[in-house]
Amino acid sequence: MTTELVDRKIYEREELATGTDAVAHAVRLADVDVFSAYPIRPYTGVMDRLAKFIADGKFDSEYIIADGEHSQFEIAKHASSVGARAFAGSSGTGWLYATEALAATATDRLPLVALVGNRALDDPGAFGVEHNDAMLVRDLGWLIVWASTAQEALDTTLIAYRVAEDPSVMMPCAVAIDGGYLTHSQHIVKIPTKEAVQKFLPPYNLGTRRMHPDNPVSIAPQINEDWGMEIRRQNWEAARRARGVIYRAYKEYNEVFHSSYANPFFEEFMMEDAEIALIGMGTVTSAAKAAVKLLREKGVKVGYVKLRWFRPFPAEELRESLSEVRAVGVIDRDFAHGGPDDGGVLFNDVRAALYHSSNRPQIVDFIGGLAGREISIEDVARMVRITANHKGEGELVTWIRVREGNGAGMERKGGD
Amino acid sequence: MAQGWRGKEAIEMATTTGVSKEEFKNAKLYKSVHGIDMEEFYTSGHRTCQGCESALVMRDFVKASGPRTVVTGATGCMYVANTSYMTTPWVVPWMHTQLGGGGASAVGMAAGLRALMRKGKIPDEKINVINFSGDLGGGDMGLGGISGALQTDYDMLIIIYDNESAANTDIQATNMTPWGAQTTFTPTGSKKRIMHDKWKKNVAPMLAIGHPNCKYVATACATFPPMDYMNKVKKALSIGGPTLIHTMDPCPKGWDYHPRYSGDLGQLAIKTGIFPLYEIIKGEVNYTYDARKTKRVPVREYLEKQGRFSHFIEDDFEFVQSRVDEMWNDWEIPGVAPIKGWLSVRR
Ligand SMILES: Cc1ncc(C[n+]2csc(CCOP(=O)(O)OP(=O)(O)O)c2C)c(N)n1
Ligand code: SF4
Ligand SMILES: [Mg+2]
Repeated sequence: MTTELVDRKIYEREELATGTDAVAHAVRLADVDVFSAYPIRPYTGVMDRLAKFIADGKFDSEYIIADGEHSQFEIAKHASSVGARAFAGSSGTGWLYATEALAATATDRLPLVALVGNRALDDPGAFGVEHNDAMLVRDLGWLIVWASTAQEALDTTLIAYRVAEDPSVMMPCAVAIDGGYLTHSQHIVKIPTKEAVQKFLPPYNLGTRRMHPDNPVSIAPQINEDWGMEIRRQNWEAARRARGVIYRAYKEYNEVFHSSYANPFFEEFMMEDAEIALIGMGTVTSAAKAAVKLLREKGVKVGYVKLRWFRPFPAEELRESLSEVRAVGVIDRDFAHGGPDDGGVLFNDVRAALYHSSNRPQIVDFIGGLAGREISIEDVARMVRITANHKGEGELVTWIRVREGNGAGMERKGGD
Repeated sequence: MAQGWRGKEAIEMATTTGVSKEEFKNAKLYKSVHGIDMEEFYTSGHRTCQGCESALVMRDFVKASGPRTVVTGATGCMYVANTSYMTTPWVVPWMHTQLGGGGASAVGMAAGLRALMRKGKIPDEKINVINFSGDLGGGDMGLGGISGALQTDYDMLIIIYDNESAANTDIQATNMTPWGAQTTFTPTGSKKRIMHDKWKKNVAPMLAIGHPNCKYVATACATFPPMDYMNKVKKALSIGGPTLIHTMDPCPKGWDYHPRYSGDLGQLAIKTGIFPLYEIIKGEVNYTYDARKTKRVPVREYLEKQGRFSHFIEDDFEFVQSRVDEMWNDWEIPGVAPIKGWLSVRR
């Protein structure tokens, strides 16, 4: 799979790789010291691949098959606490099984990087993508970033370590990729050289919080009202500082790897002079871009914003990006039953951000693609129509491609 | 007739065989109390109850382990009462782990240190990795994680410190609370005298038998016999691989007695035979206080000194005594392997 098109100093080769393969390469290249595994589809491929690297002598790391996700993430957390770079990952209900450890990793300010292969939560059991799993930790002090191609998954994993381990941040980071659509689909991926990665990613240094006999500290002793506020506040400030570090990290990444990430927080597609904008995360991007292109050919002034960083949430940047549009349609591959106006999670975050925008566009929500259901180009085109025609009254939320009523047939109701 | 498990062979069947007397030659065991180090690595700063034996379990393991040690402690009294922000008693590095996270936390630290040493990122040396978890945290919630840890080949020691209740949350019954004991979850009442009608879970042998990588499992009491517990810590740390010690910790608050009697009650727990004292070294059981050979003190003398058994009537004392007698007289390996006939081979 090699071509001469890649710069040999930066990239060792090109490879046909799935999303999870790409992340495995990043983990190997980041010289991770400890990783812990537990099986659950669809993220598991990353561990299969890492195990094979170990078996083939291509990767030097401690590898632990845990007895459950709670242990898996406690192992990674405590490996990180002794100054070892750690990696773990999960999907759906497995990620939830680890929740207690996930929360403590964040409050312990340990810069673990984890892969979430997004999957619908039980019950009923389902393999398909839904974003609620990763979103579960959105308020807990995790950085959360979505990648939508295998190359982006590789790049983002390296960037995640760079941001998470920055001394001014020290927060864990979840790299989310859509189950099935990205975990299992193959793309051509440029695999960086170790040397280039070393240039980009400094060694992990936990500094004075490292658990080692030479540094006898007590970590996470019991607090009361005496210190809790200050500790939460420090974490809050770190999350704010993370924004600046994310800018710096992408700039450095572009310099070392000659990549062309513009705004790190989101990618703007045909947003110049757009009057209507859709915004979404993950692999819905391919259908969205295709639909936008087609509609542009027909003269519709529409653009698409692919959000990468969900935490920290780029409110100011979005206000700027969407300052000229008349209406915004948010694509939620998640649900938030009973939330404000019954919209999804992303909808209400975008809405909150745009409340302070000078032009305050109309905002509507689309809930779709749940449990892995496809979102087609046609579906996106319909979302654009509904967004464009919304008069600011009536339903704000449209379920896309859902059987309504008694479930007979795929009735397509609402809006258009 | 079915073939029952038979003594030493039964244990050896499930674990590694063979014990070498050489085993502990590098353990630097204490030979007399005068040899015990004066230096403390668990000092002032904690606010455990007077007479808290779990606190003594902490102080003694880290004394035996020395300064090149890293420790995690699961949630429980030994977290909450021990380590208040800004007043830590730990001289060695210590970190909290979640209630059921004990085993995994030790694996994480041991794996991290091994990787960093192998890759030359930190100097190569022996660092003792120790986790302590309570009877609820380690014996119930974290049992799966400890099982996972004992399946690895990392050098580490897990101590299940057993004060026989969820003490920190105000004395609730766990699966290691003794039969009949009053706790806030198992009060005595006018209709039901005995609310806690489970026999204590036999956690140490269960872990020893099921984990072929684990070369050392012991039960211990911090005060009796003298030095026994600290030497067990030294043995566990020197033998290599994952190891486990289960301690019996009198708790004045949870057991309801005056703090001055903690030492006496620990001693009685052993001498009555209600808490068997042994080590399992590579599959071989070694009684460190052999209640088969000594005249056991009647359990009543132990039980009636504790308020948690104040509701006991004659039948209850007799019942407990009969179960203890059965354990010492009829079990295949007293305290360790089950009663004859419980397990058998189908013909
Ligand atoms: C997941 C979880 N559930 C419940 C608790 C509440 N909790 C804190 S300490 C404790 C009791 C622990 O008992 P044990 O492990 O025996 O330790 P002890 O307090 O007796 O020393 C409980 C239930 C918790 N911290 N975490
Ligand atoms: S309640 Fe028991 S275990 Fe907890 S500090 Fe007091 S004596 Fe120790
Ligand atoms: Mg307890």
